[in-house]
Amino acid sequence: MEWKDVRGPDDIINVGREKFGGSGKFFPLVIAAVALLIMMGGSIYSIGPDEAGIVQRFGRYIYTTPPGLHLKLPFGIDGVTPIKVKRVFKEEFGVRTLRAGVKTQYSKKQYHDESLMLTGDLNILDVRWIVQFKVKDAIKLLFKTRDPVDNVRDISEVVMRQLVGDYRVDEVLTTKREEINDLAQIKMQEILDYYETGIQVVTVKLQDVNPPDEVKPAFNEVNEAKQEKERMINQAWEAYNKAIPRARGEAEKVIREAEGYQLDKINRARGEAERFLDTWAEYKKVPEITQKRLYLETMMDVLPRAKEKYIIDPKQSSILPLLNIGQKGGSQQ
Amino acid sequence: MKPFLKIIGILAVLAVIMAMSGAVYVVNETKQVVITQFGKPVGEPVVTAGLHFKMPFIQRAQYFEKRLLEWDGNPNQIPTKDKRYIWLDTTARWKITDALKFLQSVGTERGALGRLDDIINSATRDAITSHLLVETIRNTNRILDSTEKEKVVVFTEEALEKIDVGREVLAGMILAKAKVIAPQYGIELIDVRIKRLNYVEAVRKKVYERMIAERKRAAEQYRSEGQGKQAEIEGQTGKELKQITSEAYRKSQGIRGKADAETTRIYAEAYNKDPVFYSFLKTLETYKSTIDEKSTIILTTDSDYYRYLKSIKSVPGD
Repeated sequence: MEWKDVRGPDDIINVGREKFGGSGKFFPLVIAAVALLIMMGGSIYSIGPDEAGIVQRFGRYIYTTPPGLHLKLPFGIDGVTPIKVKRVFKEEFGVRTLRAGVKTQYSKKQYHDESLMLTGDLNILDVRWIVQFKVKDAIKLLFKTRDPVDNVRDISEVVMRQLVGDYRVDEVLTTKREEINDLAQIKMQEILDYYETGIQVVTVKLQDVNPPDEVKPAFNEVNEAKQEKERMINQAWEAYNKAIPRARGEAEKVIREAEGYQLDKINRARGEAERFLDTWAEYKKVPEITQKRLYLETMMDVLPRAKEKYIIDPKQSSILPLLNIGQKGGSQQ
Repeated sequence: MKPFLKIIGILAVLAVIMAMSGAVYVVNETKQVVITQFGKPVGEPVVTAGLHFKMPFIQRAQYFEKRLLEWDGNPNQIPTKDKRYIWLDTTARWKITDALKFLQSVGTERGALGRLDDIINSATRDAITSHLLVETIRNTNRILDSTEKEKVVVFTEEALEKIDVGREVLAGMILAKAKVIAPQYGIELIDVRIKRLNYVEAVRKKVYERMIAERKRAAEQYRSEGQGKQAEIEGQTGKELKQITSEAYRKSQGIRGKADAETTRIYAEAYNKDPVFYSFLKTLETYKSTIDEKSTIILTTDSDYYRYLKSIKSVPGD
């Protein structure tokens, strides 16, 4: 090629000139274009959809830019710091996520320094929790505190321990979890605002709260005892439910029987009274005859049934004048 | 075009020269600057962000933080007033408010942190050793109220002591004490907080033992409560059973009594019409029901029945 002819720098320029159409007129323009490109390269920047761009000129804050493509002054005159203002960040306490996913893996390592704390009734609990937060004021975040995340971590520990220190161990374990979550969020926000961190606490959530391993069996024993108590009470009520309705039914039976007795007695009495009155009405008409008839009829009915019959003359004191009717079967005739 | 380009070129060259020689310097929003001339501070510290000028070569800009800074103490083993040894970890927030004084008295952040260690640790020690353990743990007396309101099975006697100060106020006391000393270093102490507080290892073992004992006691209480409640329900069952059967008995007796009274009245009313006839009839009836095949009847010759018999006999005899 032409390289063979090159003998000095002038020749190189000449070769270049030939390449650019053999005309040196455009050469400064090309240099200017390249310079412009370099300048443009340092002055175009883009802000992501979840970000805000904080622009500083010679270190001094001038404005915030929304997502999109923007221009700034090059050569370090303008500096841009993109801040993720929409993203929610998470900090974990007493536990670390190794890999989040469908089945999140947690570090097996124990973080007892973070998680062991004292409850209000002077017990020790292993408390794990997470804090979610986002940036609410990017300017404060950048310019007011040096380590916003460290602040979140420190203040979260301060607040959580202070709260747990005001609750009983059973409350932290069970009933007051929600209350502690809410109070922790409020309290954290208060302090972070006081520090002007520009951070918004989205949520504080207690995760696993456990007694330390050394005392776990004793806690389980209490739970078992609680269940045993419930079981005993249930058993007693079961027996109650078995006995009482039955007794009620039986009581009802006794009362109904009494009522039956009442009906029976009264009806009988009425019947007998009626019978008596009717008989008496007839009797009144011819008392003498009726009386005798009734007497004899009764004797007729009664005497044959008796096994032995004796007739005694009261004037005779001996036993001899005794008429033994039964022996001969007199009644059978 | 040409003069314009020339001006730009000259300006650019000047800017580069000034930057190279150190005649201009940039102050970030996060920084403040003290200008020193051969090590000696010159003028007031610069706290406004932006581009500033100084004498090149002979003046030097020293940068300091303007933002809120952290201090994290080493955990300390401190006894409380009731001689309990605890590990205490405090954290503090501070600011360089007077960069000049800061430069003169402590020089660097590292130096400042060292001073803060001294100030805050001693203030912490003073505050903790003069208060009971519960004061350092609890912040309010809410636990006393809740313990009173609910039926609490597990409790530790000493935890139920009333507190007058509480953790937050204690932290405030530490801050108040340390805050007074900080300004002489050009520092403002913004906040001191108790971060971590725990029993020392030896005490922790004892606490675990106590916790276990408390839980066992609670478990026993639950069991005995269960037994008690069971007995109570059994007793109630028995009582209700007795009540039900006795009430039924009472009612049935009442009904029977009324029945008897009513029948008595009915009989009396009817029989009273002719008592003599009644006793006659009833006597006959009694005969019927009392005499059976085992009975022996002895009749005297005076009896009515025999009277007829005698008269019948006498008829063929006479």
